[in-house]
Amino acid sequence: MDAVKRYFRNPAAVIGLLLLVVVVAMAISAGWFYPRDPLALAGRPLIWPFSNPRFLLGTDNSGRDIAAQIFYGARISLLIGGVATAIAIAIGILIGAFAGYYGGWIDNVLMRITEAFQTLPNFVLLLVLVAVFGSTLTTVTIAVGVVSWPAPARLTRAEFMSLRNREFIQAGRTLGMKDVQLILGEILPNALPPVIVYASVVMAVAILLESALAFLHLSDPNVASWGNLIGLGRDVLRIQWYVSAIPGIAILVTVLAVSLVGQGLNDALNPRLKGR
Amino acid sequence: MSESLTAILTLDQLSVRLPRGADRPHALSGVSLSITTDKILCVVGESGSGKSIMANAIMRLLPDEVGIDGGRVMFEGRDLAATTTAEMRKVRGAGIAMIFQEPMTALNPLRTIGDQIGEMFSIHTDLSSAAVRAKVLALLEDVRIPDPKVAARAYPHELSGGQRQRAMIAMALALDPKVLIADEPTTALDVTTQAQILALIRDLQKRKRTAVLFITHDFGVVAEIADRVAVMQHGFVVEQGDAASILNNPQHSYTKQLIAAVPPLTAPAPRKLSDDMILTIDNVSKTYRTGGFLGRGARVTQAVKAVSLKLPRGATLGIVGESGSGKSTLARCIVRLIDPDTGSIVLEGKDWAKLTRENVRRETRHIQMVFQDPFASLNPRRKAGELVAQGPIVHGTPRAKAIADAKELLALVGLDPSASDRFPHEFSGGQRQRIGLARALALRPEVLVADEAVSALDVSVQAQVLKLLAELRQRLGLSIVFITHDLRVAAQICDLVAVMKDGEVVEQGLAGDVFGRPQHPYTQALLDSIPGGDFAKKREAPSRVS
Repeated sequence: MDAVKRYFRNPAAVIGLLLLVVVVAMAISAGWFYPRDPLALAGRPLIWPFSNPRFLLGTDNSGRDIAAQIFYGARISLLIGGVATAIAIAIGILIGAFAGYYGGWIDNVLMRITEAFQTLPNFVLLLVLVAVFGSTLTTVTIAVGVVSWPAPARLTRAEFMSLRNREFIQAGRTLGMKDVQLILGEILPNALPPVIVYASVVMAVAILLESALAFLHLSDPNVASWGNLIGLGRDVLRIQWYVSAIPGIAILVTVLAVSLVGQGLNDALNPRLKGR
Repeated sequence: MSESLTAILTLDQLSVRLPRGADRPHALSGVSLSITTDKILCVVGESGSGKSIMANAIMRLLPDEVGIDGGRVMFEGRDLAATTTAEMRKVRGAGIAMIFQEPMTALNPLRTIGDQIGEMFSIHTDLSSAAVRAKVLALLEDVRIPDPKVAARAYPHELSGGQRQRAMIAMALALDPKVLIADEPTTALDVTTQAQILALIRDLQKRKRTAVLFITHDFGVVAEIADRVAVMQHGFVVEQGDAASILNNPQHSYTKQLIAAVPPLTAPAPRKLSDDMILTIDNVSKTYRTGGFLGRGARVTQAVKAVSLKLPRGATLGIVGESGSGKSTLARCIVRLIDPDTGSIVLEGKDWAKLTRENVRRETRHIQMVFQDPFASLNPRRKAGELVAQGPIVHGTPRAKAIADAKELLALVGLDPSASDRFPHEFSGGQRQRIGLARALALRPEVLVADEAVSALDVSVQAQVLKLLAELRQRLGLSIVFITHDLRVAAQICDLVAVMKDGEVVEQGLAGDVFGRPQHPYTQALLDSIPGGDFAKKREAPSRVS
């Protein structure tokens, strides 16, 4: 595969992939390194990192192991990032495909709805959803997905609009294909690469959105997430800054990894755009 | 040699290398040419022969990964291949100017024509803005743009294709360059416009004594305009000499092949046509309404106006016309990609124009279409076999059988059966067009609508595809509606010809009659505009391609 070869020739993309692999490895190995509940009390509160070999990254203000929370938090961040992205991309493709393929009044109606969503700051919308439906892990994930679909929808629509008048689509129509066959079989595979690349942006934003919610103590408090830890650390920010900084770095690394992978995918899938 | 004394631009063993992984190591291999003042040198070759790379190499406008790696480009005693970028900037425009194939993309859409021509002066001279304006108007007058004052204020999209190309020529000639490089400047234009632009270039060259390097793929254009000719193939100049001697007495086999592929203008002897009409188009009209919200400012375009045509079984009906004549809209009405407003299209006793969408989908195997662009008409993510099998699969043939049939069809259109497992980008333009043809034939249609099916192909490939089409017509008993802007192509394959202008059929009849004794002034104008018409007529019509 040319695209795979091109991907691995790009050092930034490879670094991104390595970082992402590290985060995934943390998520997978969390139960193995830290078999105990990460939210259980483990020792004295506010131990500085590297001062006690039992708590490599120290403990937070309630005496819970920060390293354990970082490992388990990787699970939550990846879960929320992955599922919310899948939801956002699925809604986006559905709406974008219909709007772009049919055009006319269908496009008008769907795009006005999309714009209505886009004009609201999505974090405000997210707050409203969480306030209404409560803040369990499931509702937070779905809510993040639901506020993130407009951009992928617009992207899909643009791709569909340019593809639907291409001659090979007309050829499909003269062969007697149904609209569904044309949309799913002919247009979608050609429209997908930029949407997949954009999914990495959606994923990065989804992780940040969850952290922001947690920072405001609005995410699910019963799971060990990086955002929750930052939120906790807020109370001791001036002296024990590491409680917030360590999960902050974890978020930074993950978002950076996802963006680098996305950029690498973009260059690998659209080689002609590179180097401009 | 007396020629080298007056040579203004000389290429000496010029080589240009291509990046690794290209189909050949060098785009140009040891090309030696000289361009003399007061003469037009035509460089002819098919796509991929390196002729455009040569023009760009002279101007030093090559992409980064492509570079000159040998030879010299001598201009006014300097080697352009070795000059600095700053010096090169002074040569471009003032010493050597260039015009391109597609004037729409070569002009900045956000600035007026007058502005863009005036820019030439503001970059290279210190003239006052009033003087620049006067110069611009004089130039626009020189290139015979109707109403130069209005044209100077117009934006590119407000001008027609021919006028845009005139503006480009005005811009190129602004600083009285010694050499004008024209890279396929008339390829994107209609035939009547092309004739005007060729006459203009010829005329300007005479008046200003500019040396012209004219790049083209069309031997008709060569016959029309060239003083000297160089024939290129795979980056080599295979033959060069005086236009007359090359055209009438070509030495190299490739030159002979190219000239032989130039379609003659006279139609071959008529075949006997069936009295049974397979397709009857009666009074079909299509009107487009664009723009306008709630009826305000709407534009109405009558693309097809009350067209009536008949296609006898087993015959080929050519629909010829320039861009905007409505021929493609008519083709799409016939296959119901577009719904006609009024009229009937009777195919095998059924009024095709009145079928519901659902019925069209079911009946679509009776009538199939071959598209113009061999690159855009195949889904890049499907293999050739799948592409051909798609139609039968949609209509209920089991997948395995459809794929097996597809291999046979690929063989029928002259492709290797192993082609079935390759993706479209692995084929050449002509091969892709064969895949498109196989796809259309997969449903065993009675009528084939070919919309500019050979227009995007090189002449030699064009001839092959036309031959294939004629063969298939015979073997499968196809009836063909053949849409083209190129009268020479129509003359080769069509039994009947209808000439369209502004949505109307202005003349129709047997191909021999329409081309031999055109009645309508528009048909006459079209025939007169064919480049190298005299040259084409001189050559006798070969036997019909079949």
